[in-house]
Amino acid sequence: MQTTQEIGYNTKVEGDVTVTRVDAALNWFRKNSLWPMPMGLACCAIELMAAGASRFDISRFGSEVMRFSPRQSDLMIVAGTVTYKMALAVKRIYDQMPDPKWVIAMGACASTGGMYRSYAVLQGVDNILPVDVYIAGCPPRPEALLDALIKMQGKVAKEDVFSTSNAD
Amino acid sequence: MSSVKDIEIKDAAARAAEAAAGLDATDDMHGEKMVLNMGPSHPATHGVLRLTLELDGEEIVKAVPDVGYLHRGDEKIAENMTYNQFIPYTDRLDYLAPLANNVAYALAVEKLAGIDQALPPRCQYIRVICCELARISAHLLGLGAFAMDVGAVTVFLHTFTQREYIYDLIEELTGARFTTSYTRIGGVSRDVPEGWLTKLEKFIGEVRVNIDETEKLLSRNPIFQDRTKDIGVYSAEEAIDFGMTGPNLRGSGVDFDMRKAHPYLVYDQLDFEVPIGSKGDCYDRYIVRVEEMRQSANLLEQCIREIPGGAINVDDGKFVLPKKEKVLTSMEELIHQFMLVTQGTNLPPGEVYFGAENPKGELGFYIHSKGGGTPHRLKIRAPSFVNLGILQHLLPGHMISDVVAILGSLDFVMGECDR
Amino acid sequence: MTAADKANALREKFGDLLSGPVEFRGEVALTVADVNRVAEVCEYAKKELGFDYLVDLSGVDNYGDDPRFELVYELYGYGHGCHLRLKVAVSEEACEAPSVSGVWRAADWHEREVYDMMGIRFAGHPDLRRILMWEGYPHYPLRKDFPLAGKPTEMPDVAFTNPAPLEGGPFVTNPGACSSDKREPRAKSFES
Repeated sequence: MQTTQEIGYNTKVEGDVTVTRVDAALNWFRKNSLWPMPMGLACCAIELMAAGASRFDISRFGSEVMRFSPRQSDLMIVAGTVTYKMALAVKRIYDQMPDPKWVIAMGACASTGGMYRSYAVLQGVDNILPVDVYIAGCPPRPEALLDALIKMQGKVAKEDVFSTSNAD
Repeated sequence: MSSVKDIEIKDAAARAAEAAAGLDATDDMHGEKMVLNMGPSHPATHGVLRLTLELDGEEIVKAVPDVGYLHRGDEKIAENMTYNQFIPYTDRLDYLAPLANNVAYALAVEKLAGIDQALPPRCQYIRVICCELARISAHLLGLGAFAMDVGAVTVFLHTFTQREYIYDLIEELTGARFTTSYTRIGGVSRDVPEGWLTKLEKFIGEVRVNIDETEKLLSRNPIFQDRTKDIGVYSAEEAIDFGMTGPNLRGSGVDFDMRKAHPYLVYDQLDFEVPIGSKGDCYDRYIVRVEEMRQSANLLEQCIREIPGGAINVDDGKFVLPKKEKVLTSMEELIHQFMLVTQGTNLPPGEVYFGAENPKGELGFYIHSKGGGTPHRLKIRAPSFVNLGILQHLLPGHMISDVVAILGSLDFVMGECDR
Repeated sequence: MTAADKANALREKFGDLLSGPVEFRGEVALTVADVNRVAEVCEYAKKELGFDYLVDLSGVDNYGDDPRFELVYELYGYGHGCHLRLKVAVSEEACEAPSVSGVWRAADWHEREVYDMMGIRFAGHPDLRRILMWEGYPHYPLRKDFPLAGKPTEMPDVAFTNPAPLEGGPFVTNPGACSSDKREPRAKSFES
């Protein structure tokens, strides 16, 4: 029951209708149903699985389906060490994802190479992909992953839907 | 800042056209066989394993596994670090049971140092508790992932809930959920906190119920049995010849467990049985793992009852950092602290190999030392690396859907395989 | 029979080809003098002495020594429960050893890894190609003259590598006693 002033419409008269911008509506739909593509490579994948399990349920944030198919997902979570041998596969899978797509680099190894400063490890997946959110930790707790997901949702909410260049 | 590398991936149609152009020149009758790439990113390959399968319809004719997608250079890193500094890297080998890796590595270095018989009993009991807890944790996840791949998704969630309780316990003991870096050369980093053993006992009661529930969901389930019985069979001789260890070996009927044959820590004083399979198929390996979890629960109960008080580190200033009060007041401890932190433990030159019974098999460390605080060569004998060697031999003849069951039953971890 | 007895039995059969046994921390090691006969020794060890399990096969790089490389075979027998270590030196010029994958099939992947990491070829191996790095990678990473940071390589469509930013330390060290002020960075003055 509205006790403050009428804001423009009366639900009793016009029904449950909200008027908003297309941008805001589309972003709201997108951010509350970010389907992750889990690029689970190493130990962080176990924490990713734990975030998907019942205690830290990631599906309450809309990421219900952890699709292993890039064509059906919009958020790639790179969890684990990206080696040079794996780098091209990661890039190829990223390319297969349809726009709009985002990337979370989970853990120290995906962000910067972590503690593996060696000949075989790509020093950060941002060398080959545009990363939106970095998560620190080795491995980050599932709560940290959920926090990153919320930040990601905040980032998606501010997106300009009708701009033609999404990947930058 | 880091440089960005532009990688051009040609689109799928162009690549297919290129591949088809090259195919005419081969001898293969390319109308008959199909090459399927179970690529590094696949839900059922338990990590980044790539299998190139040549298929004749549904049946596999040739299988070529391709590992190394998680090769991080651990062995070369080890040559540049002191022994204690390498402990976090051992966590990330078999990242499902990090405590067991820590214990195996610490025992290997202590064998080289010659102090492995001088470990105080409390430290040994704590390490056994760590190993067995890690074993339950690893098998829970192994079975959960195996069941999920075969189709029983609920089991995964059940086992993960139990693992979360294990994580709670481990977090209270070591400070981290997993990747614990708990052991040190000469002992463990901190003592068992107050009331932890009571919580552990309570957990053991719960996990026993959960293991029974999991078994009820799977063992007599006709679908599970159809998918795993008589699949992936290899005999005891083949298992020994291919160097398999752990439940993969025992599932084929070889009665061998490092904890019984060459006991380390206090396993010779503890009472447990070793489950053995009979046929060597996926079902037997599954049953062996379930029974091993029950035996681990028994071992944990015995340890809780029998754990003595006392020191948790070897009483030798040359290996273990002395107490801070002593460091700041006494000269000898100050010098020990200085030497240990700057140069690391000074180990004698020589070579040593130590293998421990890890949940995945025999994790061995071969340390070749030329004296000093860093190893000259550290070779990690990874059970998953050796276990995967059987895939080329095992997979042909099976159907493509059996691959998933076989991979799940072999229960390997790529972090360990590729190091 | 203990491991020392097994080692002595092996020594009796092969005479001067083997030297040792050396015991350290309860383990027995024998050194094989001629790398070309190591497959023969291994086959005898498996068939006659019951060492049916090849635990590990590693390569060691003794940079600066001649012969440069060393292969270490760790054997075990389920029947008698004895460990035995066989070591054989491989020179840098030859860089080759006979394959024992006919004796134990487990050696297949072990030898591929030694080839990949050290560059030692194995004659008679069914499929000798790189296993941890990719086909075509030009270097052998575990050799001592290869830096930890790696060297830049480029194989279009396969992989690329760039050297990791070690910045001269930390954890870049010469083996042996070395104090941490040479290994780890100290507060440096800005010199950009």
